[in-house]
Amino acid sequence: MTTTSIPAPVDAGRRPLNVARLLRNLLPTLSLVLILLAIAYLNPRAISYFGFSLMLNLAIPIALATIAQMFVITINELDLSIGTYVGFVGCVTATWLHDAPLIGVLILLASIAVYAGLGALIHLRNLPSIVVTLGMSFVWQGLAILVLPKPGGTAPSWLLGIMSFKPPFVPFPILAAIVIALVVHFGLMGSSYGAVLRGAGGNGQAIGRAGWSLLKTKVIMFAMAGVFGVLSGMALIGITTSADANIGNGYTLLAIAGVILGGGEFVGGRVSPIGAVIGALTLALAASPLLTFMHLPTDWQAGANGVILIVVLAARALLGRRA
Amino acid sequence: MPEGNNIIELDGVKKHYGAVRALDGVDFHLCAGECIGLVGHNGAGKSTLMHILAGTGTPTEGTITIQGGPEAAYSVQRARRVGVRCVFQELSLCPNLTVAENTRISHSSIKGWGWRKRAADLIMGRLDEIFPGHGIQPGDVVGDLSIGKRQMVEVARAFTVTDDPLHLVILDEPTSSLDAHTAGQLLAFVRRSIAQGVSCILISHMLGEVLGTSDRIVVMRDGKVVTTDAASAFDRERLVATMGGAEHKAAAKSERTPVPDGTPVVVSAIPASQPNDTRLTARKGEIIGLAGLAGHGQTKLLIDVFDNNRAGISVTAPVALVAGDRQTDGIFPLWSIADNIGVGSLKLLRQGLLISPEREEELATTWQKRIGIRTPDLGNNILSLSGGNQQKALFARALGSDAEIILMDDPMRGVDVGTKLEVYGLIHEEARQGRTFLWYTTETDELYNCDRVYVFRNGRIVTALEHSELSEERVIQASFAEGGK
Repeated sequence: MTTTSIPAPVDAGRRPLNVARLLRNLLPTLSLVLILLAIAYLNPRAISYFGFSLMLNLAIPIALATIAQMFVITINELDLSIGTYVGFVGCVTATWLHDAPLIGVLILLASIAVYAGLGALIHLRNLPSIVVTLGMSFVWQGLAILVLPKPGGTAPSWLLGIMSFKPPFVPFPILAAIVIALVVHFGLMGSSYGAVLRGAGGNGQAIGRAGWSLLKTKVIMFAMAGVFGVLSGMALIGITTSADANIGNGYTLLAIAGVILGGGEFVGGRVSPIGAVIGALTLALAASPLLTFMHLPTDWQAGANGVILIVVLAARALLGRRA
Repeated sequence: MPEGNNIIELDGVKKHYGAVRALDGVDFHLCAGECIGLVGHNGAGKSTLMHILAGTGTPTEGTITIQGGPEAAYSVQRARRVGVRCVFQELSLCPNLTVAENTRISHSSIKGWGWRKRAADLIMGRLDEIFPGHGIQPGDVVGDLSIGKRQMVEVARAFTVTDDPLHLVILDEPTSSLDAHTAGQLLAFVRRSIAQGVSCILISHMLGEVLGTSDRIVVMRDGKVVTTDAASAFDRERLVATMGGAEHKAAAKSERTPVPDGTPVVVSAIPASQPNDTRLTARKGEIIGLAGLAGHGQTKLLIDVFDNNRAGISVTAPVALVAGDRQTDGIFPLWSIADNIGVGSLKLLRQGLLISPEREEELATTWQKRIGIRTPDLGNNILSLSGGNQQKALFARALGSDAEIILMDDPMRGVDVGTKLEVYGLIHEEARQGRTFLWYTTETDELYNCDRVYVFRNGRIVTALEHSELSEERVIQASFAEGGK
């Protein structure tokens, strides 16, 4: 049963809906501002060039992993392997990319091709992405352990150089976050093919009827997830200087949380790259810095992230109630 | 009709879905600058025909010829290239995108710098032309628009032109969500386009629109074209008579003895959008039919009766529902046949805290015999059954429960004739024993099993027909009645 044909009222309820939409769009920013205010209250000295560089250091790889997840969520899929994939990339970066750069680059390119292939597999065989990527998460974890059986390795020096770059006035993590958000925003929200990619999440059938290849959209989106997963893993190693096969495990859920916190929705192609980066920053700040300043043990980190997520989503549900 | 002028031609097109013959040999042609009205009752094959023209469905047999050249591998892309556009009844806009972005989706040539502006100009130009004063902005997210405005965007988008030519626009119920004013704007625009050489196929249940807008009218029935004639040769009565196929009327008119006066009323329901207090009433032991075109509020009322939590609905006995779409709403695909039957009566099957396997087995076996489910073992998975037997299992679930009122949501879709007759017999028997049936069906023949039939239109009951007054023509007449718009 589709729509019943009741003549639609003209121009009913446009205004209030837009106000709600505006508030919803501002919600990610508001949560970030709230966390920053709390930190400023607890420890005013943290609000400085050095403070931000330190607090947001780990936010860059989280933001990149969140963007990777966002590409997958755009087409109504979910990637449960992004965390272990980031760990795998980290291990390759700290070993092959350092010792034999050419082979390292080839391995990373091949892993992106695997991601693209997963997209094709999921589309052609109509498989649930949750199952496929859950399986892949063990594969990446296993490969990471094979590459680096015990913690160690060395980050390539050029990578260390990039990650310790100190631009004037604006701390590097903030600059990086702005660049990531704008580049992805332009690509996915601004470009003409980006509209097709998002449309595939909104109404795949309509995209197919308009003559676009849905297979291509899935392959592209999974490949983009692979690309940003690689960037995330490399950024992480550039900060930590050495790797560990388990280093990215927490990123899977952080990335999903970041997308949702940033205003994205699990189905329907409704995502926001800028929101996703803001969500990642919020989670990164709420995790350790805020808790440290509150003198709470880091054991509470995951719980604090969860509480923030629930509060923000509850606020969104209240604002998003459709008439 | 001049042959060289045909922009599209179908010869002997058939489309079969398993045993169902959705199209059974259709010959059809359309000239440039012609508007064809395509009418027919539920399941006549209009939508299937349209999907084949749009390239979204491939015919089982037959040939498609476009502008004189036969099309070997006709597809969506090919249809676009030769200038065939389609406005589908289920909206095909992406709700998460803006109006401009949705326009870009259907034009692969809108890309590069400034694409958004170009897409916006394109769609706004058409919207202004077709629906002056529409109040839609190119940046509006489609999901935020009312259903009427979405339909306006969809229609306007079909008429936008970039690289690909525009020769034929197929409009499937384009006015179903438009008010009278905007519907008038649209039909006037269709006539202007026809004058400029664009062809149109107008599928509509608003017979007045079809008569007033088309040059030629094609009437379909049971997957075939029954009549093609100039629109001026038709009037409402002739159209309705042709759709109903006056000749095959007295088909299988089973006798129903009315329930005695004073039998208690068990269901009384007013549809949510009924402007007056016309209501559906069912007395104990009656079989009540819900008729009309598909999707006009019948299922909604059944669900309201099932939920029984709205003013205007009163139900005095336990209710069970037999779903029409058995794959999504009916069966539990991972369960056995016996589990699928027993799930409607878990309370009766309970022994202490657990379900008694013996009682479940007993229930399933009883109903297997009564309803004739063909399987060697009720422990087999439900999917091992044929479609008709799966539907029987769903009937067994409802009838095996303690429900006294059985709601049926077009349950015989795609079921073979033998099974149908068995189930009809069972329904009559159960009704004699005091069960009440509310039966929504899209097959007019099934209505002859009912004591009383309510015809729905636009979510309202428009007519009630007693068994003795029932005829296909009257049902179609009421379904297509134009009032209230």
